Amino acid sequence: MSLDASAVAHIAHLARLGIDESAVPDYARNLSEIIDFVEQLSGVDTGDVEPLAHPLEMGQRLRPDEVSETDQRERFQAIAPATEAGLYLVPRVIE
Amino acid sequence: MEWEPVIGLEIHAQLATRTKIFSGASTAYGAEPNTQACAVDLGLPGVLPVLNEQAVRFAVRLGLALDAEVAGRSVFARKNYFYPDLPKGYQISQYELPVVGTGHLDIDLEDGTTKRIGVTRAHLEEDAGKSLHEGFEAMTGIDLNRAGTPLLEIVSEPDLRSAKEAVAYMKKLHSLVRYLGICDGNMQEGSFRCDANVSVRPKGESGFGTRAELKNLNSFRFVERAINHEIERQIELIEDGGEVVQETRLYDADKNETRSMRTKEEANDYRYFPDPDLLPLEVTRSLIEEIRGELPELPDAKKARFEADYGLPAYDAGVLTASRELADYYEATVTAADGEAKLAANWVMGELSGALNKAGLDITDSPVSAADLGGLLCRINDETISGKIAKDVFEAMWNGEGDADTVIESKGLKQVTDTGAIEAMVDEAIAANPTQLEQYRAGKTKLLGFFVGQVMKASGGKANPQQVNEILRRKLDG
Repeated sequence: MSLDASAVAHIAHLARLGIDESAVPDYARNLSEIIDFVEQLSGVDTGDVEPLAHPLEMGQRLRPDEVSETDQRERFQAIAPATEAGLYLVPRVIE
Repeated sequence: MEWEPVIGLEIHAQLATRTKIFSGASTAYGAEPNTQACAVDLGLPGVLPVLNEQAVRFAVRLGLALDAEVAGRSVFARKNYFYPDLPKGYQISQYELPVVGTGHLDIDLEDGTTKRIGVTRAHLEEDAGKSLHEGFEAMTGIDLNRAGTPLLEIVSEPDLRSAKEAVAYMKKLHSLVRYLGICDGNMQEGSFRCDANVSVRPKGESGFGTRAELKNLNSFRFVERAINHEIERQIELIEDGGEVVQETRLYDADKNETRSMRTKEEANDYRYFPDPDLLPLEVTRSLIEEIRGELPELPDAKKARFEADYGLPAYDAGVLTASRELADYYEATVTAADGEAKLAANWVMGELSGALNKAGLDITDSPVSAADLGGLLCRINDETISGKIAKDVFEAMWNGEGDADTVIESKGLKQVTDTGAIEAMVDEAIAANPTQLEQYRAGKTKLLGFFVGQVMKASGGKANPQQVNEILRRKLDG
């Protein structure tokens, strides 16, 4: 499997990573090599193997539906870059 | 060419748990911004999600009610995208293995037939926060109180063929989640939200056309209008030689139009993968059976019972079982009215529903209790009052003037059934109207109504109408 420059740009955009144009060929080669390395797994016959969703072979523990968290807004907002009227402020997003 | 719309709905039902799906923060609506957003909801480093048992039980309830497969093992996955109201950069959802599999819901169509609509799946996920774009200079305000609220996303098969069918399905599901007590169904507060996938194809064809996804359909009326509008837009586009683009469109209720939001990202752009913070969810057979045992009587079963036990027409049974609260009220009324089922149906659907609508009240806020309404119906039934006077008594009860007996007593509305007293009033009416008497006896028998009116007026509406009729006829003819 070989990733081209546009695939690298697309992946970088999805991950919101700014990458230097000149570094794209290196990323493309490195990522392709990683995919090829993992690709070896496709050669293994897994017909008898049950799919594994988690390495711990246990079920999820459940929590009773009872309020256990108190309001700590002031503490959380003390470390936020900007707040106003109880809201976290972020650079304007318009759809 | 004749076109056939193909519609599938994705409905997000906010589950009526006390706390969030993965944290112990409260889900109560309307709190001050960010006072119910804890470290887990904010996605602070080092926190771990712990699944809410009640959210799981609610999902299983719906699965059983849809006659669906409840998965013994399901998996939570991360859906990755960036938006400021999603602090972790991913939404915890379910992808390949949802908790509820294939099921179905039967809807009633306008022609009286029923249609079975397939349900593809229902999965658990967390809600995002809210973005407030107005009122900040070049900034957006974020309230994360809603972040982490449990949602059940219920996906239908593309089995719906008109906007009306889509609304019927949505209403049925709305009624069902409220019967089950898993969602309050409050659409203004966003507890029950709908996206619609709409496409058109030439009638008779079995393949699907390209679909557009409509968002922001937050009332039954908007769903119908937005879908109809979108169907027309697509047909016009195709007939003009254009092509439908797969995209998300936002419905604007003020302009009654849909407009493109963004070209819909391909599903694999979300880069779903199993969430390593959560183990697979296991739902045992015994838990499923325990939850099955807790299910209330569901709308279809209740409707059938109302028809069979109370002898109600299908329409009445449908109206009275539309919500569990209305059905409960009706049944309590029938009991209090000594089993007068049809009379109770007429009053609950007529006088009471009319008054509630006018006042903008829910059945649970009715100023007249079911016991008191039943009491009123008893007085009609034992002829203490006529049906006409009963409406006045009802109005007084609505205004808080006491139960039926109190109102009848205090206003002196008890029906006059004493033959002697009615005879005296009849004699008086005849004596006072000699001209009409002469005309009546000359063959103009329609004047009976005039005399009945005179007697009823003299009695203040309280004379038993049947007796008045009988006595009048005997005296006039005599």
